[in-house]
Amino acid sequence: MLEPLQLVVNGERRSLDVEPRTLLVHALRDGLGLTGAHIGCDTSQCGACTVLLDGRAVKSCTLLALQAEGAEITTIESLASDGEMHPIQRSFVENHGLQCGFCTPGLILTATDLLSRDPDPSDDTIRHSLRGNFCRCTGYETIVESIRAAGAEMRGSVGR
Amino acid sequence: MIPAPVRYARATSLEHAFQLLAEPDSKILAGGQSLIPVMKLRIARPSLVVDISQLELRGIDVRGDELHVGALTTWDELLDARELERPALAAIGECVRGIGDLQVRNRGTVGGSLAHADPASDMPAVLLALGATLQLRSPEGERDLRVAEFFAGPFTTALSAQELITHIVVPLPAPGSGSAYVSVEHPASGFALAGAAALVGRDGVSRVAVTGVAGQPSLLVSGDPHEALEAAEIFGDRFASAEYRRELASVLVRRAVERAAERTKGDA
Repeated sequence: MLEPLQLVVNGERRSLDVEPRTLLVHALRDGLGLTGAHIGCDTSQCGACTVLLDGRAVKSCTLLALQAEGAEITTIESLASDGEMHPIQRSFVENHGLQCGFCTPGLILTATDLLSRDPDPSDDTIRHSLRGNFCRCTGYETIVESIRAAGAEMRGSVGR
Repeated sequence: MIPAPVRYARATSLEHAFQLLAEPDSKILAGGQSLIPVMKLRIARPSLVVDISQLELRGIDVRGDELHVGALTTWDELLDARELERPALAAIGECVRGIGDLQVRNRGTVGGSLAHADPASDMPAVLLALGATLQLRSPEGERDLRVAEFFAGPFTTALSAQELITHIVVPLPAPGSGSAYVSVEHPASGFALAGAAALVGRDGVSRVAVTGVAGQPSLLVSGDPHEALEAAEIFGDRFASAEYRRELASVLVRRAVERAAERTKGDA
């Protein structure tokens, strides 16, 4: 049985019909064609499906799509604007924060949440924040570096 | 992996929630960070989930000599709460920082976690040590239940079918108190192999509680917590034997008491 659902995704109102058991990640990927949220595990652990819900990082595989009605959803697709990468995206490129790239959208959105509250996090804070995002390529060193550098750049551009 | 077919309803008031919960196989959905994973694994197959997230059961405030926490308060909101910045309540923040991960703390609620009653859940130990009470509501009315009487076994609580937690009430410890929570986590799941919480006052240890070592969290009631632990029933599984857990819990109890005692110096 399908239910009508209105979602606000990346600033746009989108309508779709979902089964009540549909997880948000499936609604985004299969319903709206936003395939930047990846499915890396079946157990709510890997964080590849991370999106922002009202600015906070959440695992879109651990939320029914219907639960997200009324919230503002931000996916990786909306981070770049006018062909310009977001500073966090650019920092991941410049600091080799990714290899295969599968976990990257989730990591970047978790980092977005973190830096929005703590513009100058310690390495410990960065690592603690990444606990829900698994990367099986990099060993995290370059990811931590990417987030640290992105924070510095974002602080700089706000300050001046 | 997707849940078994289910219906969804969003409660607009407590009364509305009670009506919806009259359905025998319904289940309350708050943040969903415990329930959705078990629904995906099809360990839970409710016919209806009742989303209570829009009810006004959020927020943290000090009323008189009690701390009141709305059941829908997220872990993340607890981390930010200034009300918890006192040595006597330090165990709460210390415990919350170690729960799940950033994404889980953003959505997961304290009431939802308590109602889920995972035997390795961290917060029950802290609430036991602090002597907290839960305010419950059902169509029959309100009742207060001490946390010590709430847990009935693994994933089992004293909640009746249409009953939900509305608030967690923590009596503010006497001036000069300190509290602490320490745990050793399973490295993959993040759940506690053993965890210990302690409240220490000016006159010495008030209460110590452990989690992760038995079917439910428990208060170590006799005079010496280590003796109580020797006598306690401890369980073993493929992650850690009963013997190992007892030893671990004993070390963690000592550390929690030491850290809480250290904090008594910081409370005016």
